This record gives sequence, structure tokens and C-alpha cells, in this order.
Amino acid sequence: MEFRTSVNLAGVELKNPVMTASGTFGSGAEYSEFYDLGALGAVVTKGVANVPWPGNPTPRIAETASGMLNAIGLQNPGIDVFIERDIPFLRRFDTKIIVNVCGKTIADYCEVVEKLSDQPVDMLEINVSCPNVKEGGIAFGQKPEALETVTREVKKYARQPVIMKLSPNVTDITEMARAAEAGGADVLSLINTLTGMKIDIHRRTFAIANQTGGLSGPAVKPVAVRMVYQAARAVSLPVIGMGGICNGEDAMEFILAGAAAVSVGTANFNNPYAAKETAEGIQAYMEKYQIGDIKDLIGAVHL
Amino acid sequence: MKYKETAVITEQREIAPDIFSMWLQTDAIAKEAVPGQFISLYSHDKSRMLPRPVSICQIDGTKGRVRLVYRIAGKGTEEFSGYGKGDTLEVVGPLGNGFPLNREYDRVFLVGGGIGIPPMAGLAERLPGEKLIVAGYRNSEVFLKEELEKNGKLYLASEDGSVGTKGNVLDAVRENHLTAQALFACGPAPMLRALKAYAAEQGMDCYLSLEERMACGVGACLACVCRSMDVDAHTHVKNKRICKDGPVFSADEIDLG
Repeated sequence: MEFRTSVNLAGVELKNPVMTASGTFGSGAEYSEFYDLGALGAVVTKGVANVPWPGNPTPRIAETASGMLNAIGLQNPGIDVFIERDIPFLRRFDTKIIVNVCGKTIADYCEVVEKLSDQPVDMLEINVSCPNVKEGGIAFGQKPEALETVTREVKKYARQPVIMKLSPNVTDITEMARAAEAGGADVLSLINTLTGMKIDIHRRTFAIANQTGGLSGPAVKPVAVRMVYQAARAVSLPVIGMGGICNGEDAMEFILAGAAAVSVGTANFNNPYAAKETAEGIQAYMEKYQIGDIKDLIGAVHL
Repeated sequence: MKYKETAVITEQREIAPDIFSMWLQTDAIAKEAVPGQFISLYSHDKSRMLPRPVSICQIDGTKGRVRLVYRIAGKGTEEFSGYGKGDTLEVVGPLGNGFPLNREYDRVFLVGGGIGIPPMAGLAERLPGEKLIVAGYRNSEVFLKEELEKNGKLYLASEDGSVGTKGNVLDAVRENHLTAQALFACGPAPMLRALKAYAAEQGMDCYLSLEERMACGVGACLACVCRSMDVDAHTHVKNKRICKDGPVFSADEIDLG
């Protein structure tokens, strides 16, 4: 029996549904020392802005039960260095390239998207949900009107399909999903991190310098699965699910909930091979249950 | 190259209160590791997602083993301290750059403070030239004394004066009227800051091993950055990655505040 793992996102064919969550994988260089990135459906890069961003003071991370908080602050080299260095690097691998775009203003996002328009990348993911930068980022991700506007503006400049990455720090995720769809998004991805805080009781100070940070890892997985399920039913767009995925079984929860693809994030820190092994785990699940095509399982959860 | 290995503990013992010495059979890592590099240790308890970066104390390339000497600092290191001979740990390494070994100084300082002392033992074994080793402890609970004495002249300092010079490592340097052409150090940030100033004042080359909270340990996540004097190669913003560009830096390339 043949097992077909390929999925299609807005016309882009991925060899398997596994990608990397932005910010956990750089532009792939560090993990390419462990395995061939061609094992993945796509590499999603760390967020890139129009100019270099220095990021937040340290400490930038703290471990929490089954997860971690981070407030890196989107340190990145800016789009010019990215185009010159990171895209040619990623082109060496047989995988799709998804560039995560961050900005402080709509004009920032559009500038980056426009510069990428003639670049050999497959999709763009717009980060309107980073909780760790003061301006931009999440400001566009918590109000439906703002999200719809930024989506519509970005779409004017984008030549590649646009993924809007949604924040879980909202009252109603379906309202946000519909706003992105109304603005013309091609795909949704969720969840970004949940805003959290950790206090060092011995020093009586905040565990990370930014005070608050984004919670990720297996601790957030049930929240993420629920939101992916709700968002996938609220819109007709494909959804990329993420939040605590460590292996193929975790990935299958998201796919059954309605995700057409999945991202592995924090798990890369626990195991450099986590994304590759997740792709292998999905294949193993299909073999175990004799599922010929992964697409038959997208949203296949039933009562 | 970096390797992920299932390392087997060949020996573990407590060498001072809360300070543990662990020898690991890690064939690929031991073959390539150099002093000043570190290893990521992964908890068996998957509720602890992040690796614990531990600097390499000694390397036995022939037997394929590395020695780690670490302090119990939390739940992860407490878990590791409970394992014994024959137990296994998932590890990734060797990570980071290590100390420069090819500068051919006639006489160097190797300075370690607290849990920054262990990498000096392995460095003393591999670094050519005369070594003046200065180790700063909190009190009389000294560790690795024999290993350090084997490869250099050892001077001790302790905060309470119970061993060696009363005070810090620089007090020991001054009390003994020591001089050298270069200084290699690992220890707490205030110590490194003082050593950087001292080396600049004396016109010595100075190499410092830094630490910071890490997540990936391989240079991808940008959690463990330090301020640098020049723009860094990765982001071009004067932020160097301690896990990847370091942990050892020439003192004049970093801003310790």
C-alpha cells in the first residue's frame, strides 16, 4: 500500500505536512547540521523585519512545567541580509520556504512583503501575534478590524500565498479567523504563544527581563488543539496547527482537529530531530491504521 | 560536527557539597571536543523541555569519555545527580567554540571562580606553556584541587579566607605578585568584568567564557545573547550568541556592561 503524505496549502504542494514553527529554527542552518532539511514539508523562518532588530535584554527565556516562556523580541538581521544569505541557503534543500514577516507598522510589513515578491520563496507568514514587542506585532492580532486591514494591505504587495499567524490571546478565535479570511488571507496558522509570567521567588524578580513572555510547549497543546478545531470550522481556509507538538501522535491530534499542516516548535529545543521525527511519526500512524492519504484525516475527528 | 548521543555514565560522585563529577561515555563527542566547549544534557522527565548546558571539565579522547563537574542549581541538575554508573543521558555536543589553544604564550593565567573552575582543569591539560592557575572558592569546600595542581602552579582564594588568599581571584593574583601574557577565565559575571579590566590594565590578552540561560544550545533561538563591540555575523546588531559564537570570547569583543 502506498501512503501519500503530501498536502496542498493554497496551491503550494508540501511533501509532508510538517514544518517548523517560526523562531524555533532560525533559517534552518543550525539544524541542518543534524539532518537534511529535505525531510520537512517546509521550513518556516524566524521573523524578519524591514531593518535589523536587536531584540530584548536577557534573560530572554525561562523553563516552565512542560513548556517555556520566551521574550526574544524578534531579534533579526533585516530583510536585506535575509535575502542575500538565508534564502540562498534554504534553496539548497528540497523543502518549501515560508518566510515569517514581522513589523511595527503596516508599512513595515508591506515593505518586507514587497521585497520578497520577486524572491524564490513559497509562502509568507505574517506575524501579527508576537506578544514580546511593544509596537506592532500583537496590536494587529487582537482586534478583528486591525487584523483584516493589515491582511488586506499585505495582500496588495504579496506575490506568494499569505499565511496570517493568529494569537491565542483573544476572547474568540473564530472572530479573528474570519477577519483574516475577510482580509484575503490564503492560509491561517495558529497558535502563537500565550502570554505568561514567571517569578523567581528566591530573587523576588521576574524570571525573564521582559517580565512577560510567550508560553509554548506541551503545556499549551490542549488550548492549541481546541483553537485549531474552532478556527478550521469557522473559515474555509486551510489551517496550520501548532502548539506543543513533539511527535507524530501530537501532530495527528491537530490534523484530526482540522489542521492541513502542522508546525514543530519548542520540541526542537528538547530534541534537534523533533520535526523530522514528527514527519516520520505521521507516516507510522498512517501505516498503523492503513490510511492511504493524509488528506483523508484532516478534520476527521468525529463524535 | 555536533552529535546527539545516548551517553552512558561511567562514574559519578559528589566531590564537594552539591558539586558532582560525572564521567560520560560519549564516543563521537569526546573525539572532537576541546576545552571550553559544553554539552547539552536532556532530562528524562519530559516536563523539563530545555537542555541543561554544562561545560566540559576534562576530555579523554582515547577512552571516548568526557567529564562534567556541575553544581545542583535546580530540578534538572538534581535529577542528573541521582544517576549512577550504567545510567544513560541524552546529550548533544560538543557545543560552542572552546578556548584558543594555539597562541603559544610562555606563561598564562587560568582563572576559575566557583562552578567556573571545572573547564580550567581540561584547559590546563591541553594548553602549552607555563600555567598559573587561580581558583576562587566560597569557603574551604574546594574541589578539583589535585587535577589543577597536576598541570600548573595553583593559587587558591576563598571568600571567607579558609583556604588561600582571603578575597577573590584578583586578590590572590596581587598577593602573590603574579604576572602572565594572557588570561583565560570562567566564572561569575562580576569576576569576569573585573578580570577584563585587569587584563586591559596589564596589557594582557584575555579570553572569557560566558554563561546565560539557553534554550536550543545550537545558535537558532537567540535566547543566550551578549552585547558585543562589533556587529555580529548573524544579526548585525551587536548581539553575539553565547552558545554558538562563544561561550569563549576575546574580552575586547564583548561588552560586559
